[in-house]
Amino acid sequence: MKALHDFVKKFEPAKENKIAHTTYDAFYTFLFQPDSVTVDGTHIKDGMDLKRLMVQVVLALQLLYVFGTWNIGHQHFIALGLHSGLLEGFLLKVVYGLIQVLPIFIVTHVVGLGIEFLYAAKNGHSVEEGFLVSGALIPLIMPPDIPLLWLAVAIAFAVVLGKEAFGGTGMNIWNVALLARVFIFFAYPTTISGDEVWVSGIEKIGTEYYAASYNFAHHAFDAVSGIFGYTQFGLGGQAVVDGWTGATPLGIAAKEGWSGVEAVYTESQIFWGTIPGSIGESSVPLIVVGMIFLIVTRIASYRVIFGGLIGFMVAALMMNAIAPAELTAETPGIFKFMAIHPLRQMAMGSFLFAITFMATDPVSSADTPMGKWIYGFLIAFIGLIIRVMNPAYPEGWMLSILLMNTFAPLIDHYVYEANMKRRAKRTHAMAKQRDEIITKRGEMEVFDEDSEYKAVGNAGGY
Amino acid sequence: MKITRQTLQRSLLLLVGGVGLQSQASASGNNLLIYSIAAVALLLLFFIIISVADNFMVLDLGDKKIDKSKVNMGLYPRMSELFGKRRPEYLEGENYHKLTRGYDIPLEGAPAATIDVQTKATRFAIMPPDFDGLMPIPKVTVEEGDAVKAGDVVFYDKKKDRIKFVAPVSGEVLEVKRGLKRSIDSIIILADKEQVSREYELPSPHAERSELVDFLLESGVWPSIRQRPFNTVADPELTPRDIFVTTFSTAPLAYDSKLSIAGREEEFQLGINILNRLTDGLVYLGLDGREDGPTAYGRVANAQKHYFEGPHPAGNVGIQAHHIHPIGNAQDTCWTMDVNGVLTLGTLFLKGKYDTSRVIALTGAEMADPRHVRTYAGANIGELYAGTNFENVRAISGDVLTGHKVGFDGFLGFFDTQVTVIEEGNEPEIFGWLLPIKPRASISRTIPTFGKLAPTTNSHGERRAFVVNNDYERVMPMDVYLTQLMKTIMISDFEAMEGLGIYELVEEDVALAEFACVSKQPLQYILRDGLRLMQQQG
Repeated sequence: MKALHDFVKKFEPAKENKIAHTTYDAFYTFLFQPDSVTVDGTHIKDGMDLKRLMVQVVLALQLLYVFGTWNIGHQHFIALGLHSGLLEGFLLKVVYGLIQVLPIFIVTHVVGLGIEFLYAAKNGHSVEEGFLVSGALIPLIMPPDIPLLWLAVAIAFAVVLGKEAFGGTGMNIWNVALLARVFIFFAYPTTISGDEVWVSGIEKIGTEYYAASYNFAHHAFDAVSGIFGYTQFGLGGQAVVDGWTGATPLGIAAKEGWSGVEAVYTESQIFWGTIPGSIGESSVPLIVVGMIFLIVTRIASYRVIFGGLIGFMVAALMMNAIAPAELTAETPGIFKFMAIHPLRQMAMGSFLFAITFMATDPVSSADTPMGKWIYGFLIAFIGLIIRVMNPAYPEGWMLSILLMNTFAPLIDHYVYEANMKRRAKRTHAMAKQRDEIITKRGEMEVFDEDSEYKAVGNAGGY
Repeated sequence: MKITRQTLQRSLLLLVGGVGLQSQASASGNNLLIYSIAAVALLLLFFIIISVADNFMVLDLGDKKIDKSKVNMGLYPRMSELFGKRRPEYLEGENYHKLTRGYDIPLEGAPAATIDVQTKATRFAIMPPDFDGLMPIPKVTVEEGDAVKAGDVVFYDKKKDRIKFVAPVSGEVLEVKRGLKRSIDSIIILADKEQVSREYELPSPHAERSELVDFLLESGVWPSIRQRPFNTVADPELTPRDIFVTTFSTAPLAYDSKLSIAGREEEFQLGINILNRLTDGLVYLGLDGREDGPTAYGRVANAQKHYFEGPHPAGNVGIQAHHIHPIGNAQDTCWTMDVNGVLTLGTLFLKGKYDTSRVIALTGAEMADPRHVRTYAGANIGELYAGTNFENVRAISGDVLTGHKVGFDGFLGFFDTQVTVIEEGNEPEIFGWLLPIKPRASISRTIPTFGKLAPTTNSHGERRAFVVNNDYERVMPMDVYLTQLMKTIMISDFEAMEGLGIYELVEEDVALAEFACVSKQPLQYILRDGLRLMQQQG
């Protein structure tokens, strides 16, 4: 190991060459925990550092990556009427999924990390780990066919304006991954906000497939598999099977309520996540596994998550109460949407993903334990209102989390004010208690008649 | 019954859980809300009935003159009664604080509970930097080669010339060591074989307070008294609100304070008596609630005894004061003292001599036989470790969290009760952040620790901006938002610093948070900066 370390050390560029040195430093600290020792203050330090903290979140996301990759292929082939069994054509589905996911993953990291490295070199600090998590989250919240150029622009926007402009990791106000998503949402409004982009390789803009920017990957794969005479994907879309809509459950629910959703998807499909949607958001059990992992290891704050679950239940129950008891064909869609049972409402869409992985970002969430309860509650409460009331796009977590990111300092401010008042009040109460004890002071044998002793009441001057 | 935040949280969770379960049974839209409201109302009704009954019982207690704080006669069990082991019998009826937050770092090298009398040091030093609030260049009154007795004045601060600093041992002044910008680093004394103390003329036991103060200043025991906020040498012009004395240490590998008082109970009691005369308020004694039976400290009279049970930092005097009666500025200024200070003070009045002898612990995983030794203040560390060879280690005067790296040429700090020797961690570790192969201490559950471990001084990561994952709150048994306090210090927001409790803190109280910090921020350093700022603001 010493030899390896010396070997790596040989390549260290000069400090003057800033970009090369930061890049080297980033890879060096990735490979080795440096030999730096404590100087002032505590002589030993906790084994936990920011790298390790961040990588735990990435670990918790791995199951979602595996599932999401398969699900892209699964949805694609189901739309074409092929391989409708879950394990039928498993490898084919995974390969198809990889062709979509890998370019997204690579573009995300090349653009995001590239910007991080440049800024680190420019500002003369080491590369920070924040993008480790953002980079793992961003692919999971994108539609599978997202054009790669859009993706690159969105990430550049999120990292530069969302993070580096504020000073880098730890200083940002908004969640970086969500900023990338919200950029796509607002910059390409009509194309991305409908219900119809969530299955890979089906939809077209004009005459060109959405997935056009993945053509190179498809071609490459086809070329390789052609050599061995295996199936080729071509450029994706063929005629879809009859009765296939491609709409997400939420898209249907917003118009037709639960009965409409039931006509297309079964409850268990929605629960297990074999439905169209963003890459990583759909599977409830796998998200819950990640949630439990993060809560048990205390990487994510359970306060935000439980606060969010409570807020969701409260908001959903309120909506149930508002909705009319009898749903008829004439009932407006919004009331049908409101009438959906809270747990079904929770399983659909990306609430669990958002509250587990997005809302718990320690940098952009509220700082105080009490503030975290409030913050989580409000995210869920406001988010559900946006999901149900927003006519254009039946989902609200990205907007509500960004909104609460903005207001998190305000929540904290009031928690701090309360803390100051509480502390002052406590000191006051204790001063009173002390006066009661102090009257007994004369009984001590330390003091006799000759001693200079006076029974002091409120020496504390409270 | 007080509705605490925790009970509220719990009942809310229960409620939502109940509603969720019920709603699964009947999923029919808006009836659900009506049912759940009915359920909530019913629960509330029960709650109110029980609460009223509870209040009646408590009222009745008042008539019968039963102390509510000591026995629970209400209908609701206390949290501590439901969970956690019961406190030992001897603590029933005592002031008892159970602190749940904090962390005992599992380190190897705890000292054996016996005193090794063979180990002796010959050189001792008194170091002006050990005392906060002095000018960097004090007036030194001795020269190299002078013979001094224990208790003879060796230096004083030019601005606070009433406070005299004295030689810890009798002997010959070897060296007056100067540091940066001609500041005085240490005054080193070669100790005599037979210790002699300066003669004192003790004041009458019922002297005025001012006379007593004058004697303490002149005698040299005054610097053992420290003043909070800021942890400076106590100001003789001032009468403190209260005096806090902690009788135990929970620091990693701490010394056993029971050994210090063994055979010196009378001195300790006398010291406490004197302290009572210095304040118009109370003398508080913080005692170790983890002991199985009463200790010698438990028998001390004339002090308010408070027992503290919990992990580090429960033994810190600042943490104890926070739970007893928070320290503040101006009228809330308090003094603090440690066991050795009280013993020196008591010995002075009992025997009329200046005696800084103390039990300290030689600890650390690198030591073959960690143990206690009896020596004097400011002993040379290398001599205490004579005969052992270490390689690539760090010798710390104090514990691993708050101590100073002094090396084997250095001397024991005036207020330190232990020396710790740990391995330097100047070795890179492949994928150290991802796969912690070498054992390391951590409060995180992602790094499992099995049993005790030998620590290194590796910083385990690089410094980053504050990332608030509430780790500080987990290890700070205080109602203080530390992250925010640190941020307000950085931007010099005086009002917020005051409100958030900077007066209650000194470096040792935040040391554990600094250990646990994932961003590796130097909290002790930042806090000292803030305290200095507040002091300048006056």
